[in-house]
Amino acid sequence: MSTILIIEQVLNGLQSGVMLFLMAAGLTLIFGVMGLINLAHGSLYMVGAFAAAAVAGVTGSFLLALLAALAAAAAAGVLVETLVIRRLYAADHLDQVLATFALILIFSEGTRLIFGSFPLYLDIPSWLSGPVTLPGGIQYPLYRLALIGAGLAVALALWVLIERTRIGIQIRAGENDREMIAALGVDISKLYTLVFALGAALAGLAGALVGAIQSVQVGMGEPVLILAFVTIVIGGIGSIKGAFVGAILVGLTQTLGSVFLPVLFRLFLEPATAMSLGASLANMAVYILMSLVLIFRPAGLMGARA
Amino acid sequence: MIRESYLNAALLAGLLAVPLYALVVDEPFTITLATRAAILALAAVGLNIALGWGGLVSFGHAAFFGIGGYSMGILAFHAQNFVPLDLGIMVFDGTKSMPIIWLVAVLASALAALLIGLLSLRTSGVYFIMITLAFAQMFYYFAISWARYGGEDGIPIYVRNDFPGLNTLVPIQFFGICFVALLLALWLNARLVASPFGLALNAARQVPVRVQTVGLDPTRLKLVAFVMSGAITGLAGALFADLNRFVSPSMFSWHLSGELIVLIILGGVGRLMGPVLGAVMFVALEHWLGGLTTHWHIALGAILLGVVLFARGGLIGLLCGPRGQT
Repeated sequence: MSTILIIEQVLNGLQSGVMLFLMAAGLTLIFGVMGLINLAHGSLYMVGAFAAAAVAGVTGSFLLALLAALAAAAAAGVLVETLVIRRLYAADHLDQVLATFALILIFSEGTRLIFGSFPLYLDIPSWLSGPVTLPGGIQYPLYRLALIGAGLAVALALWVLIERTRIGIQIRAGENDREMIAALGVDISKLYTLVFALGAALAGLAGALVGAIQSVQVGMGEPVLILAFVTIVIGGIGSIKGAFVGAILVGLTQTLGSVFLPVLFRLFLEPATAMSLGASLANMAVYILMSLVLIFRPAGLMGARA
Repeated sequence: MIRESYLNAALLAGLLAVPLYALVVDEPFTITLATRAAILALAAVGLNIALGWGGLVSFGHAAFFGIGGYSMGILAFHAQNFVPLDLGIMVFDGTKSMPIIWLVAVLASALAALLIGLLSLRTSGVYFIMITLAFAQMFYYFAISWARYGGEDGIPIYVRNDFPGLNTLVPIQFFGICFVALLLALWLNARLVASPFGLALNAARQVPVRVQTVGLDPTRLKLVAFVMSGAITGLAGALFADLNRFVSPSMFSWHLSGELIVLIILGGVGRLMGPVLGAVMFVALEHWLGGLTTHWHIALGAILLGVVLFARGGLIGLLCGPRGQT
């Protein structure tokens, strides 16, 4: 087991972690401010990826594709929030789950209706393709490195937005006491739409960025959505900081687990058994991590309320 | 307003009459559809105990459905391939006998429900929804990577399992088995709701603090309900696997968990026959709309949105008025 492999896998884990953070941040923000559980968040991720693939196909520009992903996902978010989600804030969680499950069905079939069942491909732009040599002589794909950078930059921007701006003050106030800030003259329904659109745009951005290294297809948002749920349960629902810590933990656990567990088991089991047992456990590792967090910190690592 | 008991009786009579009519006019496919509806109804009756009476929004009941299915798949796989199942302490030949398979399915899913429930009930609300979803997903990934039992491809079972005295390959006889299982589960559900346990559970859903003040433990009540719920859904899983003669990781998929909740909502939450009406509607929609267009999920989504936003209480709520206090 070489150091180079370990460093590569840690970078891969970080990359999937920061992308997961973009999803989880939106989910946890929407839950924290509006108290809404949004299953359709994965659909917004898919909308972003499809918009990016379509625009990249026509214009050939990756940056335009990213802008299109942000715009399309935010627009879909505003549309869905005003038509459906708004009526659900006061409803119980069961209704929220069902209505957003219905939205998934509509989004997935609608996308299939427009784009067909075959996956689309989004190419990595030439200025981001190819490997770079890191200090220590490690070759690593530039695009994945760029994803880590982009994810961290968005995380920082989100922190500035929430901790240092007027909108951020309103969002934090909305988490604490929505009646009070409505009484202070903040247009709460506009704030809700804005938060939802922000979460949607983050999901769409993640979809477009990840879409360039995976295929863009219907249902691509669902595995990510479930991992994002696991992430915010680990981090503590409603906490952006928790979402960040959770996302990195989940990304690292999943990537390192799938590489190193089979190797670890080979030390004391025959190769075939070690392979299959290692693969099963690696798939289950994030859920085991989540159960452990639940046993010892039921409110999540950074969560205040359960 | 229609009396709920009349509606319930009509519904069961209808579910029985359709396959009998199909038998007379020789349309075995319709019998299979009715069997599918009965099995999905059974799974949803199980979920309704946790969701309707316990107030536990489990988004992971596919876990129990799949465990039931894999219990059947594994036992039948060893029997049909003549490979003994080595359990470490004893060696077992596998079996093709339905009663034994059902017993294993019920016990295995009850055990899983106990473990998942113990962990998940430490939390409530949104956490509970996400955690049950995540546990089901854990089983899904486990099944996918379990190469010995087919991994992603699942296990085909060549001949339907046996039930003493019946020929299960005849569609109407297998329907009969599933219908009787559904009736038994409904009877159990009705008895449960009227029992002291059911009353306490109902109270624990509505005002847990008061239940605690009178000396009952709401979490324990909910755990017992969750285990019973998982066991019934597990039985449905074993029957479903036998209907298709095939088990695959898709039985663990989260779409299935979602669809089971959808069945209950379409029919009516916390109504004895809500799951049955929902399952009949779902299978009918799937068959008719699915025949018209491959994009029928859009229509299903729209109907579901309509029910959630405008017809709370489902179809039974529309027909019979809001749910009573029991």
